[in-house]
Amino acid sequence: MPIPVLMPALSPTMTEGKLANWLKKEGDRVRSGDALAEIETDKATMEVEAVDAGVLSKILVPSGTDGVAVNTPIALILGEDEDSDAQAKAPAEPAAAKPAPVAAKASEPAAAAPAKTNGGPAPATGTVITVREALRDAIAEEMRRDENVFLMGEEVGEYQGAYKISQGLLQEFGAKRVVDTPITEQGFAGLCVGAAFAGLRPIVEFMTFNFAMQAIDQIINSAAKTHYMAGGQLTCPIVFRGPNGPAARVAAQHSQDFASWYAHCPGLKVVAPYSAADAKGLLKAAIRDPNPIIFLEHEILYGQTFDAPEGPDFLLPIGKAKIERTGKDVTLVAYSRMVHLSLQAAEVLAKEGIEAEVINLRSLRPLDVPTIVESVKKTNRIVAVEECWPVAGIGSEIAAQMMEHAFDYLDAPVGRVSQADVPLPYAANLERLSIPQVENIVAAAKSVLYR
Amino acid sequence: MTAAPRARGTTELRAVPTSRGQARSKPNTRGDASADADQIVGFYRDMLAIRRFEEKAGQLYGMGLIAGFCHLYIGQEAVVVGLQATANKQDSVITTYRDHGHMLACGMDAKGVMAELTGRRDGYSRGKGGSMHMFSREKNFYGGHGIVGASVPLGTGLAFAHKYKGDGGVCYCYFGDGAANQGQVFESFNMAALWKLPVIFVIENNKYGMGTSINRASATTDFYRRGEVHGIPGLRVNGMNVLEVKEAGEKAVANCRTGKGPYLLEMVTYRYRGHSMSDPAKYRSKEEVSKIREESDPIDGLRKYILDSGLADDAELKEIDRQVKVQITEAAEFAQQSPEPDQTELYTDVLVSV
Ligand SMILES: Cc1ncc(C[n+]2csc(CCOP(=O)(O)OP(=O)(O)O)c2C)c(N)n1
Ligand SMILES: [Mg+2]
Repeated sequence: MPIPVLMPALSPTMTEGKLANWLKKEGDRVRSGDALAEIETDKATMEVEAVDAGVLSKILVPSGTDGVAVNTPIALILGEDEDSDAQAKAPAEPAAAKPAPVAAKASEPAAAAPAKTNGGPAPATGTVITVREALRDAIAEEMRRDENVFLMGEEVGEYQGAYKISQGLLQEFGAKRVVDTPITEQGFAGLCVGAAFAGLRPIVEFMTFNFAMQAIDQIINSAAKTHYMAGGQLTCPIVFRGPNGPAARVAAQHSQDFASWYAHCPGLKVVAPYSAADAKGLLKAAIRDPNPIIFLEHEILYGQTFDAPEGPDFLLPIGKAKIERTGKDVTLVAYSRMVHLSLQAAEVLAKEGIEAEVINLRSLRPLDVPTIVESVKKTNRIVAVEECWPVAGIGSEIAAQMMEHAFDYLDAPVGRVSQADVPLPYAANLERLSIPQVENIVAAAKSVLYR
Repeated sequence: MTAAPRARGTTELRAVPTSRGQARSKPNTRGDASADADQIVGFYRDMLAIRRFEEKAGQLYGMGLIAGFCHLYIGQEAVVVGLQATANKQDSVITTYRDHGHMLACGMDAKGVMAELTGRRDGYSRGKGGSMHMFSREKNFYGGHGIVGASVPLGTGLAFAHKYKGDGGVCYCYFGDGAANQGQVFESFNMAALWKLPVIFVIENNKYGMGTSINRASATTDFYRRGEVHGIPGLRVNGMNVLEVKEAGEKAVANCRTGKGPYLLEMVTYRYRGHSMSDPAKYRSKEEVSKIREESDPIDGLRKYILDSGLADDAELKEIDRQVKVQITEAAEFAQQSPEPDQTELYTDVLVSV
C-alpha cells in the first residue's frame, strides 16, 4: 500500500497553506528526512520532509496550489519493500488519515465590523492591514521620525522577528538601530532602561511576555520607579512590547496574560491593543510617550485584518477606551483578543434580543473608568472579560471601580470571565476549558441579566 | 577503519577534540572508549530509537495530532545517549524543552512520552504538560523546562540535594549554547563551584539558538571555558561521536563523584531540523545541513564503525532497525488511542492537598 503524504500543519495556528513547489518528482527515490516540497504559510515558507523512505510514486497536488487544507493527501510514497507493480493497483484515492482530535486551532473569523469610535479620531482614509503590519508600520514611522528610537530584542533583526513583526526593519534602519540580542532578557531590558535614562528611546521586544518575567525586576524597579525616586530628574521613555496571553497549545510556561501584573504598578502605563488601528495608533503614542510603557500584543491577533488609517500622524490617546459596539442591556468590557470574543458574544446575545455594549479598554493603566461608568449608567449590568487569572485580575479591579463609582447604577453584581484559576494545560480539551470562550461570555452576560 | 566515527561537518566539528590539559589526539578506538560490543550496539539502538521517535513526532505534528511547540532532537542523539551511559540509578537529569531524547535515554517509556505529545491521559504529565514539560520521579528525570536558562539553577539545586542527602548522586544538567548566555547560568556556575556541588553542566552546542548563530550571540564561543573563572574544569567534546561523548562523561562524573565539584562539558553537535516545527530555518543554508548529515551523522557513523569493526553484521543491525520501527509505531498508535484527560483534571494538581 502506498503511504499518503499529508499536507502538514507547520505552526500552532496553521489550517491551510500553499503548496509552492515540489522539490522531488514522481519516480524519485526519497530517504526519510529528505525535503519533498515547499509550503507557504502566512508567516514563512517551509519544507515538508519525507517521513518514510521509498519512491515518490504520485504527486496528488501540483506545485502552485493555493489553500490546501492541513491533512489533505498531497502525494503517495511507495514503501521500500514494495514492488512498483503494487503502485499500479493502488487505489487512486488514498485512505484519508485519521482526523485530528478536537481542533487545536481556535477558529478566528474575520473581525467584526468596526463601530463608531469615541476614543480617538475616526479613521479617515483607511486601508485593510493586519495587526502585524500595523505594528511594523508604527515602529518604522517612529524610527523615521526620531533617530533616538531603536529596536532591540531576540531575533528582531536578521530573523525578521520571531513573529515577523520587525520584517524589513533591519534592511531599512541597519544593525545600529535594529539590534539582535543574546538570550539575556534581564540584561538587555536593563541595558535599554539605562539607555533611556541617557535620552534614547528604546523599543524592547520580548519574544513573548512570558520571557519578560526574567526582566521584570528591571521593568519595575528600574524603569517604573526611577522618575519618582529621582524627584523627577530622570525619565525613562521606553516601550516594552511583545505578544502576551495564551497562543495555541503552548502550555503553562508560554501562555499567560500579564496585564494585571503590570497594571498593578505605578510608574508604568499599560496598553493592550485589539485591532490594527489600535495597534498602530497606540504603539506610535507609546513610542512618543515620555514614560515606560508596557505594550501587550496577542499572537492570535497578529494575522487578523482590520481597517486602519494611513499616514504617520495617526495617534490614539493612551488611557481612553473605545466603544466597539453600542447596546443598552449589558456592558462587556474587554481588552486585546477578548474584545474579539466579546463582539462575537454580542452577536449571539443579539439573536436572543439582548443588546450588549462592548468596550475595548485599550489601556489598562490608566483605566478609562469614566467611559465604563457612563456605559453602566445606561445598561446597569457589566461583565469584565480577560485572559488573566481571576484572583486580583483586571476584572477584580473593574469590580472595585464599579463599587466605588457606579454602585447606585448596578442592578446585578459585576460578572467576571477569566482564564481558569490553573496553570494553562496542554491537552486540547482542558485548554479549551481553561481559556475564555464565547459561550462563557454569553453565559456571564445572561447571568447578570438573571436570564 | 579502526577509528570511531568522527564528526567533520564544520571547522569546529573537525577541530575537535580540543579538550584542555590532556592529549586526546589519538583516534578513538573501541578499547579506549572502553565500551563493549553489546554496549556499542546498544548505543546504536538507543540513538536510532530517538531519531525514529522524533521523525514520528514530526509526522504527527504535521497531522495536527501534536500541537503547540515541538522541538526535535534529530542530529544530537549521541550527546544524551553517550552521557547517560555513564549515569547511575541515583543520578538525576534535567534539561530544556528539547527533551524527548533525554527522556528516552533516561529509560522513560516511548509510549508515555508520545502520549504526552498528543496531550492524552496516558502521557507522563497526564496530558497537562505537553512536549516541553514531562517528568519522571521514578527515573529521576526532572523536566522538560520552557524558559531558556531557568533549568540550570534547578539542576544545580538537584546537585545541592544530592550532596545534602549524601546519596552519591550526580546531576546531569543539559542546556543549549543560547541558554549559556543567561545570567542565572553564570550565577549557578559560581554557586556550584563555591559549594563543590556534584553537577555536570552539559552545554549542547548545536551552533544556533533559534535563528542566531553562536557567533552572533556570544562574545566568545569557547563554551567549555565558561566555568574557568570559577575554577570549573571544562572539555570540548565531539558530540557527534557517542564513544567520545561517553569517555568525556566518565571523566566528568568521576570528578563529581569524588567530591571535587562541578564539571562542564561542551558537546559540539548540530540540529538538523528547524528550532521548532514552525521555524523556516532561513538563517542557514541547505548545504550546511546536508553536509553535516552526510559527513557527520552520529548514527550513520556508528553504524559504519560497528560494521567495520565487526561488532555486529548488517543483518543484525537491520533487525534492530526493524524492532525500533515497531516500537515507535506502537508508541504512536498508543498515543493516538489514549483518551484525552478527564475534564475533572483541569483543577487537580494545582496544589498538594493537605
Ligand atoms: C527566557 C526565554 N527567552 C526566550 C525564549 C524563546 N526561546 C526558546 S528556545 C530559544 C533558543 C535557545 O537556544 P539554545 O539554548 O541554543 O537551545 P537549542 O534550542 O539550540 O537546543 C529561544 C530564544 C525562551 N523560551 N525563554
Ligand atoms: Mg543551540
